[in-house]
Amino acid sequence: MGTRYFTKDHEWIEVDGDNGTVGVTNYAQEQLGDVVFVDLPAKGKKLTQKGEAAVVESVKAASEVYAPVSGEVIESNAALAANPALVNASAEKDGWFMKLKLTNKDELKGLMDKAAYDKLVASQH
Amino acid sequence: MSGTTETGPLLKTPLNALHRELGGKMVPFAGYDMPVQFPDGILREHNHTRTAAGLFDVSHMGQAHLYGAGADVALERLVPGNLTGLAPGRIRYTVFTNEQGGILDDLTVGRADGYLLIVVNAACKDADYAHMKKHLGADFRLDILADRALLALQGPLAAKVIAKFAPAAAAMVFMSFASMKVAGFDCVVARSGYTGEDGYEISVHSRDAEKLARLLLAEPEVKPIGLGARDSLRLEAGLCLYGHDLDTTTTPAEGDLGWTIAKRRREEASFPGAKVIVKQLAEGPKRIRVGILPSGRAPAREGTEIVDTKGNKIGVITSGGFGPTVNGPVAMGYVARDFAKHETEVGLVVRGTTLPAKVAPMPFVPHHYFKG
Repeated sequence: MGTRYFTKDHEWIEVDGDNGTVGVTNYAQEQLGDVVFVDLPAKGKKLTQKGEAAVVESVKAASEVYAPVSGEVIESNAALAANPALVNASAEKDGWFMKLKLTNKDELKGLMDKAAYDKLVASQH
Repeated sequence: MSGTTETGPLLKTPLNALHRELGGKMVPFAGYDMPVQFPDGILREHNHTRTAAGLFDVSHMGQAHLYGAGADVALERLVPGNLTGLAPGRIRYTVFTNEQGGILDDLTVGRADGYLLIVVNAACKDADYAHMKKHLGADFRLDILADRALLALQGPLAAKVIAKFAPAAAAMVFMSFASMKVAGFDCVVARSGYTGEDGYEISVHSRDAEKLARLLLAEPEVKPIGLGARDSLRLEAGLCLYGHDLDTTTTPAEGDLGWTIAKRRREEASFPGAKVIVKQLAEGPKRIRVGILPSGRAPAREGTEIVDTKGNKIGVITSGGFGPTVNGPVAMGYVARDFAKHETEVGLVVRGTTLPAKVAPMPFVPHHYFKG
């Protein structure tokens, strides 16, 4: 088990050593509604913190997902191509988007822990 | 799903409190505070309408009566539809055109006893009313029905449901209307809608609207449906959304609405922009609205550029998204005439990548209208 961090844009990243797994939060999937397609970055793509990492399409609209930290994509979740609704069913586990090799771990310091993120979500209701 | 520019407080339909009680996610649309979805979500709402019955609040649309001897002849000066040939109790779809042949709004016109029943889009209604008053003159009176709500009950079980409250409605045919009591309330019921399914649009006094909506929603077949599913349903049905698929820069010929213009109207050429439109209908317009089916899973949204196999721009998507019944992306847009043939291979530029797609016939889901 690694350490999980959250962004104010409702992404999560679970960091284990130099690598991290990225997804959107359960709150984000509730806001998106039924997910019908996820446009994931190719392996090897270099992402910069707060830059576009993926696009998630719901029935009503396309929404950008940003990289919580900078890194290189080492794997995208192939299961989402066949079953994008995994994002709705399991946003914070099976519906992960991509795995990154982090290039600047200092960036993690600016992210929230779960308690801080839950507080942020509570304030948005 | 975007309306007009929002300024000032949002207007509320007579069902606003009910939408909120039912958990509707409210958004601004055409100046109104409207539910985009209910807790079921767009996908389930869409599928429920295709398999059972959905109740839509379309009270934001404009309802009006046009009085005066020869109102049909007069209104033909503003639209290319055949109104003098409209039988009593029947409804027709047409458009207001401008002198350039562009479309000011789309609307339906019904012939009642002594007046025409007009229904226009929410975002355009004030402009439409002003347009009619200006051009029709003092011999005609336009009564705007500001105190009436409009409920749409759509889906294969809509007829079964409404028959419990208004037995006479069951025998009505598509695009007809009649005054009748629905659950004891005075209503005007039309067998029409904008989902591609069988169904009804029920005009009811604002004071009775919530009571009637609650009665319909209490039926096991009926669920409330928001604007999100209304959009995906009409897109699968190949129906135009004004302000997106039609506007003042598109003509009825370009919009593939030639079927709304009868031979007599083409010959008389007595509607605004007739010169442009009749020529386009005869020779074929330079560009035309077509259905587009993306080959992959990625939806192509409004504004997506359409290119030929060499990458040259040939058109633009005007409505696009995910079709739950099709179970894949669907879209419509305008392409240069040479590319309008079904099965023509085109590309869609989505986020910088050209994705393969084909020109496809519409509707994407067959219409299920009740023709008797």
